[in-house]
Amino acid sequence: MLARLGLEPGDEEFYADQLSGILGHIDRLQQLDTEDIPPTAQVVAVASRLRDDEPRPCLSQEEALANAPAPVNGFFRVPAIQEET
Amino acid sequence: MSSWEVVIGMEVHVQPKTKSKMFCGCSIAGLNEPPNTHVCEICLGMPGVLPVPNKAAVEACIKTALALSCEIPQHTKFDRKNYMYPDLPKGYQISQYDLPMSVNGYLEVGASRVRIRRVHLEEDTGKLIHAGDKLHKASESYVDLNRAGVPLMEIVSEPDLRSADQARDYAMELRALLRAIGASEADMEKGQLRAEPNISIRRVGSQELGVKTELKNINSFRALHRAILYEVDRQQQALESGRAVVQETRGWDETEQRTFSQRSKEFAEDYRYFPEPDIPPLELDRAWIEELRRALPELPSVRRARLLDQLPAAQVAVIGADRDLADLYETAVAKGAPALATANWIVNEVAPTGKLMSGEYLAELIDLLQQGAVTRDQAREVHLESVETGRTPAEIVAEHGYSQVSDPSELRVLAEAVIDANPKAAADYRSGKKQAMQALMADLRKRAPQANPKVANELLLKLLA
Repeated sequence: MLARLGLEPGDEEFYADQLSGILGHIDRLQQLDTEDIPPTAQVVAVASRLRDDEPRPCLSQEEALANAPAPVNGFFRVPAIQEET
Repeated sequence: MSSWEVVIGMEVHVQPKTKSKMFCGCSIAGLNEPPNTHVCEICLGMPGVLPVPNKAAVEACIKTALALSCEIPQHTKFDRKNYMYPDLPKGYQISQYDLPMSVNGYLEVGASRVRIRRVHLEEDTGKLIHAGDKLHKASESYVDLNRAGVPLMEIVSEPDLRSADQARDYAMELRALLRAIGASEADMEKGQLRAEPNISIRRVGSQELGVKTELKNINSFRALHRAILYEVDRQQQALESGRAVVQETRGWDETEQRTFSQRSKEFAEDYRYFPEPDIPPLELDRAWIEELRRALPELPSVRRARLLDQLPAAQVAVIGADRDLADLYETAVAKGAPALATANWIVNEVAPTGKLMSGEYLAELIDLLQQGAVTRDQAREVHLESVETGRTPAEIVAEHGYSQVSDPSELRVLAEAVIDANPKAAADYRSGKKQAMQALMADLRKRAPQANPKVANELLLKLLA
């Protein structure tokens, strides 16, 4: 994406400096030893939140379709979906 | 030219037994009711909602994993599987990617052990109805999201299956197991168990896997078997005539009994999986898992081995495949019913009709039958009536006056009367026309339907000798 930016003549050096600075900063991150650190999937300290299997009231069909631009017979209507063959 | 070896791996989606959806409280009951009546903000994928996993679904998944001898890691999490298709309004399916609920198990199928790669939890998609038909291209599709968010367990096997027979047996064994542990009803016709075989073929002796196709839309064990046979044949014909097998998803057309191309998988699909940020990871409590392990009932393979000590293999094949039948057999036998007679009754009268009675009643019925108090036909009637009304077989027999007459002194009077009334048939029989006995027996049964036919026949033979 960056390659698509149109630069005014003469600006190349200015941006080249900036870009090198950014890449240099990212390089510093690479120096960190992350060998024994598990990937972070979550930043909150809660775990195992489960819900009891108890049904709760649903929306009515009318409510469910209230945002749909063109429902038909209780269905959402979407442009034709054809499996590729 | 060496012959071909078939290689099949199975992906089976199973709907665990729950009352509500995977991540929201929408009820599972009545999903075939009018469209979009079992939906809420969560399964409609509205912004800002928080999905919370259903404990019963997690429990069913752990039980299934334990029954399949899987390892259950301490940490597990949900991930987003991104794809744009209107059957899931969020633009992704919540599934599990690199840390599934369980891994590395196996299922014994006949004499072979089929390795299980993983069992994980995810959510079902909605239903799309396409306007138009094969000839007329549709301009729109209709979406019903009642099914969206229904819990699913995905059970993935290694490519260890080698034939259509074995693949069907695997699916049937899996169903028996799921029912036995109460994890799912696993009814294929209701879509509660969906088997998707991945099929490839290779030259016998080759270690490399061939290009595989994945089959979908399979609604019965019979369809599973036929679809695999068809697909193996199709691949074989392609390869033998120098064409290639294309990696793709193919649908099974039940009406035309063939598979058809649905979606090319030539390029690996990129689902851009990433951890579901709205659901905290699961740290499964070891004590809970151990509690579930202890509570597991006897598994079908173990029970079958035990039944084989008492019964011939043919009866075990039927009774051991269904928890209800096996329970019925064992309670009846515990009430004193003889093993083989009970098993035969279940195989011939209960399995085909699905008319289950209590083990206690069955023991009573078998006893009536064995005493000769009722004929087999009468016993069948009593059985059906007992299931319908809940009354005991003995009550029904007494009320209908079914009781069979087996007393020889009583039947002797009857036999004599029959011979007197049919002098010609009696004379014919005496002069060697054995088939004349049929006319005599017919008259006897007309006069006294409750007569024990075996005893009556013996008496006629004796009187005419």
